[in-house]
Amino acid sequence: MLQSVSEPRTVGEAQLAAYRFMLRARLLDDKFAALYRAGKIHGGVFLGRGQEALSAAIGVSLNKTDVFAPLIRDAAGRLAFGEPIIDAVRTYLGSALGPMRGRDGNVHRGNPQAGYLPMISHLGAMISVVNGVLFARRMKGITGIVGAACLGEGATSTGSFHEALNQAAVEKLPLVLIVANNQYAYSTPNDRQFACDDLAHKAVGYGVQAHTLVGNDFSACMEVVGGAVARARAGHGPQLIVANLLRLCGHGEHDDAGYIVPELKNSPLGRDCMKVAEEVLLQNKLADTAQFAVWRSEAIREIEEAVAQVQREPAPDPFAENWTALSSESLVEGRE
Amino acid sequence: MSITYLEAIREAQAHALRDDPRVFIYGQDVGAFGGAFKATKNLQKEFPGRVLDAPISEDAMVGLAVGSAIEGMRPIIEMQFADFSTVGFNQIVNQAATLFWRTQVSCPITVRLPFGGTSGSGPFHSQCIEAIYAHYPGIVVLTPATVEDAYSMLLSAVAINDPVIFCEHKFLYYHLKAEKLPSEALPIGKARIAREGRDLTIVTYSAMVHEALAAATELATEGWEIEVVDLRSVKPLDTDTIVASVARTGRLLCVGEAWPWGGVTAEVIARVTAEGYGLLDAPPQRLNAKDTPVPYHPNLWAAHRPTSRSVAAAARNLLRT
Repeated sequence: MLQSVSEPRTVGEAQLAAYRFMLRARLLDDKFAALYRAGKIHGGVFLGRGQEALSAAIGVSLNKTDVFAPLIRDAAGRLAFGEPIIDAVRTYLGSALGPMRGRDGNVHRGNPQAGYLPMISHLGAMISVVNGVLFARRMKGITGIVGAACLGEGATSTGSFHEALNQAAVEKLPLVLIVANNQYAYSTPNDRQFACDDLAHKAVGYGVQAHTLVGNDFSACMEVVGGAVARARAGHGPQLIVANLLRLCGHGEHDDAGYIVPELKNSPLGRDCMKVAEEVLLQNKLADTAQFAVWRSEAIREIEEAVAQVQREPAPDPFAENWTALSSESLVEGRE
Repeated sequence: MSITYLEAIREAQAHALRDDPRVFIYGQDVGAFGGAFKATKNLQKEFPGRVLDAPISEDAMVGLAVGSAIEGMRPIIEMQFADFSTVGFNQIVNQAATLFWRTQVSCPITVRLPFGGTSGSGPFHSQCIEAIYAHYPGIVVLTPATVEDAYSMLLSAVAINDPVIFCEHKFLYYHLKAEKLPSEALPIGKARIAREGRDLTIVTYSAMVHEALAAATELATEGWEIEVVDLRSVKPLDTDTIVASVARTGRLLCVGEAWPWGGVTAEVIARVTAEGYGLLDAPPQRLNAKDTPVPYHPNLWAAHRPTSRSVAAAARNLLRT
């Protein structure tokens, strides 16, 4: 199985790895969308279409021992951080064998003890949790690690964002905060979300270094995200990345995104990062179209196999469920 | 030697820091200053790097605690006042309280809430909000009423593998004293019979235990024997001890310093009514604070919350029913 690698590698190798995660994420998202339309998924489906370059760049820049708190559009980053495709499928389909065992679904999945944090729905709330993991590791004498937290521009309006970024700055934690500014928080356009010229300016107020990039520029994503992660790892404190891009889908598959204005869709931000990445790989002779086709069919086969397997798996059984939210069995009322 | 409720809390934290390298304390002014109430006095000096001032960011404080707990630490978060914990409410009830259920990874964090009214503290430094935390699954809510319990239950809180809301009553901080710290304690989840009686049961917790005991002393001069049950822990709630007491007395008065709508007293009455209806000789009653914010002036404050006088009056009414 494809894994992100922690050892140093060339720019071309990193780009190839990132593209393959992007491709798998796009195809996995497409499959979830199809399953949603077929009525096979309970609840929502949230895609990362248009944000894969940024997301994959984050995932491939992290090591297995780092910390990652992805958001809803980070299928690519999740795969690159090491999430098996089957974990994503099991969570969307609610399999009892999945990491969330049907208790939580869709994008709310992770493996906390592997540094892969399962998001709650309250935006900005995962940042301080990443801070806590980094803080604890520092207390334990573990160095050279980085924590990445992903947000949208909407989350920059929350108190949690402010508190956590300030906290990370005060503690000089190796936090990389990535804001995917996809122009709409659900349907709310940026001019109703914030009034600063550039979200990166917020970093100044916290004493944090900022980086801005165009999120469908595959090469820039790799370079800027990789650079910011390296700076955090080297002890330069929190890094804020603002990636300007456009979400090429609705907030969820229930949303036709009729509010996205044509001017944006037709602007350079509307270019699909998959196409941009393929052009970069072709130009640099890192791969050819035949290779893309092979990777594509390999990914489709892997996804179809995972879905077929999970569809045969048991659903959670309410009669076998342990209906307690406490880890301490002795403190559960009625169970002495 | 005598030790106050507040000193017991400090000693429990010192004990926890000494015994367990995974423990650290994080909160506003807890470091060199020793905390707004001095509950962490000298601890930073004694345990360098493990008692840390936090920015005024309750949300981020709790979030950091959750992240560190995932990494195997056992953080103690001091909220300067329980009232301010509402700023960190989301992280407590949605992040900390759901973590184990969602992921099977425990979340052993202790959030200390200096709570409850004291004279002159007003609407935002007096609140009793144990019930809103108890409402959420995945949280243990402790309300010690004695010096001994403040000490032993805080040690237990740190050892529990789940989020614990530790409600320490500011009114008891200085004037409640014990001769020495306890070497053993009732388990968490067990209520305590603070005074035995046969005519009426008062179920209460935290500072109201002392108002209830004073009321019981007063009523004893009138010939009534009042049993006082100190819940100690409001979640889990020791229904068995409560129902057993009502079985002895036939009358139930629940007293809480919190607001009247819903809450611990309502929960106790609901359980006794459901599980022990036939044991009751009179309709169960409850006495809470008034349904307004907590007032500033001592005259108003004394009338806002239950006191030994109003508890005794409510008990008399119930005894005559």
